[in-house]
Amino acid sequence: MIPLSWYLAVAAVLFVMGFYGVLARRNAIAILMGIELMLNSVNINLLAFWRYVHPTDVAGLVFAIIVITVAAAEAAVGLALFIALYRLRDTVNIDEVDLLKG
Amino acid sequence: MNATLFLIPALPFTAFVLIVLFTNQNKKVSAGLTIGTTAVSWLLGWYFAFRAFFSPHEIASEPIRLTIPWFAGGYSVFYTGFQVDVLTAAMLFMVPFLCLLIFIYSVGYMEGDPRFSRFFAYLALFATGMLGFVMADNMLLAFIFWELMGVCSYLLIGFWSYRKPGETHIDHAQVIRARNASLKAFITTRVGDTVMLAGMVLLYAMTGSLRWSEVLSHETLHMLSEKIANVPFFGLTPWATVLAILIFWGAIGKSAQFPLHVWLPDAMEGPTPVSALIHAATMVSAGVYLIIRTFPLFHAVMEGHNGALLFVAFIGTFTAFFAATIGVAQFDIKRVLAYSTISQLGYMFAALGIGAYIAAAFHLIMHAFFKALLFLSSGSVIHAMHHGHHVAHAHGHGDHEEEDHFNPNDMRNMGGLLKKMPVTGWTFIAGGLSLSGFPLITSGFWSKDEILSDAWHGGHMVVFWTLALAAFLTAFYTWRQIFMTFFGEPRTEAAKHAHESPKSMTVPLTILAIFAIAAGWSGIPESFPGLGALVHGWFQSFMGAQAHAIGLEVEHLPFDARPLLISVVLVLSGMTAAWLLYGRRSNVTEHGYVDPLEPALGGLWVAMHNKWWVDEFYQGTVIAFAKWFSHFAYAFDDKWVIDPIVDGVGRFGRWLAVSVRRFIDEQIIDRLVNATAWVSNVVGEWARQIQTGQAQNYLLAILLTVGVLLVLGLGW
Repeated sequence: MIPLSWYLAVAAVLFVMGFYGVLARRNAIAILMGIELMLNSVNINLLAFWRYVHPTDVAGLVFAIIVITVAAAEAAVGLALFIALYRLRDTVNIDEVDLLKG
Repeated sequence: MNATLFLIPALPFTAFVLIVLFTNQNKKVSAGLTIGTTAVSWLLGWYFAFRAFFSPHEIASEPIRLTIPWFAGGYSVFYTGFQVDVLTAAMLFMVPFLCLLIFIYSVGYMEGDPRFSRFFAYLALFATGMLGFVMADNMLLAFIFWELMGVCSYLLIGFWSYRKPGETHIDHAQVIRARNASLKAFITTRVGDTVMLAGMVLLYAMTGSLRWSEVLSHETLHMLSEKIANVPFFGLTPWATVLAILIFWGAIGKSAQFPLHVWLPDAMEGPTPVSALIHAATMVSAGVYLIIRTFPLFHAVMEGHNGALLFVAFIGTFTAFFAATIGVAQFDIKRVLAYSTISQLGYMFAALGIGAYIAAAFHLIMHAFFKALLFLSSGSVIHAMHHGHHVAHAHGHGDHEEEDHFNPNDMRNMGGLLKKMPVTGWTFIAGGLSLSGFPLITSGFWSKDEILSDAWHGGHMVVFWTLALAAFLTAFYTWRQIFMTFFGEPRTEAAKHAHESPKSMTVPLTILAIFAIAAGWSGIPESFPGLGALVHGWFQSFMGAQAHAIGLEVEHLPFDARPLLISVVLVLSGMTAAWLLYGRRSNVTEHGYVDPLEPALGGLWVAMHNKWWVDEFYQGTVIAFAKWFSHFAYAFDDKWVIDPIVDGVGRFGRWLAVSVRRFIDEQIIDRLVNATAWVSNVVGEWARQIQTGQAQNYLLAILLTVGVLLVLGLGW
């Protein structure tokens, strides 16, 4: 079998990549993609643990499905926000959204 | 009964307090309080006096006493209290009786005055002062009462220097005169009082006591006459002499002797009862009483030159003559009497100076009676002239010039008043006879002649002839006054409309007239031919008991007709001269009234009329110096010393404030505050950079923080 840690490593790499995307991308949609990536990496983590620790318990599967659902909803909301933002500001470059700048 | 001694001065004092606090509004009650309390004091005074009259030797050796401890000074207690010995008894006979009569007279005299009650309050306070003074058994208490009398004198002389709003009968000139006179009296007597106080302090320092009985004891006096003091300018003198002369200056002030006599004529600005009481009978005789009381001190230096007695005799004799010359040339009826008082007081001091202790006391008592009578009588005249003036002008008589400047005291405006006011006139004449020493029947004759014969027998011829000459002048100016006032024809409308005064004024006059004539009979010397057997020289033996008790030798002089005849001749010729010049002639010319002496004596008369320019001399020297000195002191103190100091302090304060502002406030404090703000600014500007407003930056911060926490956590 493939060791559990390999799956965890992959998830971690994905997580980091996603987090990097959130931090470094200027385009708001790209940030959303990064967030999705992080969420997916979390999913991988969850499933890996389910398969190797409690494969018979369906809770792991259900958890992953919830995460996917939530990610989808959240992506929708995020998109809606960014559309509203675009309509207001004519840009999706989040560098230009600095109203809290002090 | 001895405990009631204190009531004699205390009762009038309660009258004063009650009037001032409560009854000022009620004239009748105020007058009643004063007269009532004085009447009780009179009765008590006469009780003690008569007790003394009947047993003089016992009283002289063992006076009636009332003593209480007063204050403790160090280890000793200072006792105070009252005593009645022979001398005090004689004063207690005269003083409250005169006070009572004059107070009753004042009811009529001061009627209608808006400050009537206050007048009676002051009178009551004065009575307290005089009665307390003659009864005090130590010099300190006596001094307190002495000063109290001085205060009352000031208040009463200046009585008409206060006007209630709306009051019209005092004009402004009178207010000024009264104010100046009261100040002059107080300040002049103050000069004498200060010297006397020095004497008192030295006396206490030398003897350790101020009680008469201790200070005048033989041992103390012997000690004082032995101890020699080195007095600057005078050289070595016995302490007794030094103290005596210092104390005598108090009497010079209070009894208006030269050179401190200047206040008494001006004091005539006060109401006439004041003049009668204070400046004729009682207060001015307080000085004489003081010297009689302290006579043993004066007499103490037996060997050699007795400087004290010589000084007293000189001042007295000189004043007697000096004042008489001035009295001759005065037109104001009260001023003649004022100078007469000064002169007669001089007689008393002259008598003391030559050692005629009993004669001085005798003249003191007699003079009080007839001088009070003369003043009260003149007050009656002035009152009548005042009323007559108002009546005359109400009826439209008299010219306007007279109306504006009318002086009711001026004898030139009088004349023929005997017919208009017989009681006043005859009582004045009775007083005048006594004052001039009309032979045999008047008190003044017996007392004055006693002084003259004592001077003759003692060989003091300068004193004798000066006093005799003064007696001539006394008779002259007295009868000049009587003729000008009461005889002849009235010279003004006011005099024509004068009328007799009310009973409250004439009854005291009559009573006093009886005393002015008869009281002296108590002192007819035993040696006098014929009349001597009447009373066997009662007064002489009465007062002689006191003399005996203090160790004075009293000679019973044989009768000598020479001084008697000389004085009788002089008195009668003085009266005749006055009649010739003033009684027989009208002296009214087209220039108004002309005193016949004026053209006759020329410059001499001018000098006498101007009081020998003593006041002007004082004004030019003492007063001018005082004014200059006060200006100088003001300039030195305020302009050259105090002002520069104060200004300097102010300027330093300002400099300090400005410096503080410049060097501390601006440089340090401001910079500190500004720096704090700058730091805050800089830090803020820097910290602001964290707030980019970009969410990604914040997320980065979260990442870093989590990383740090993980490292720390894992490390732990």
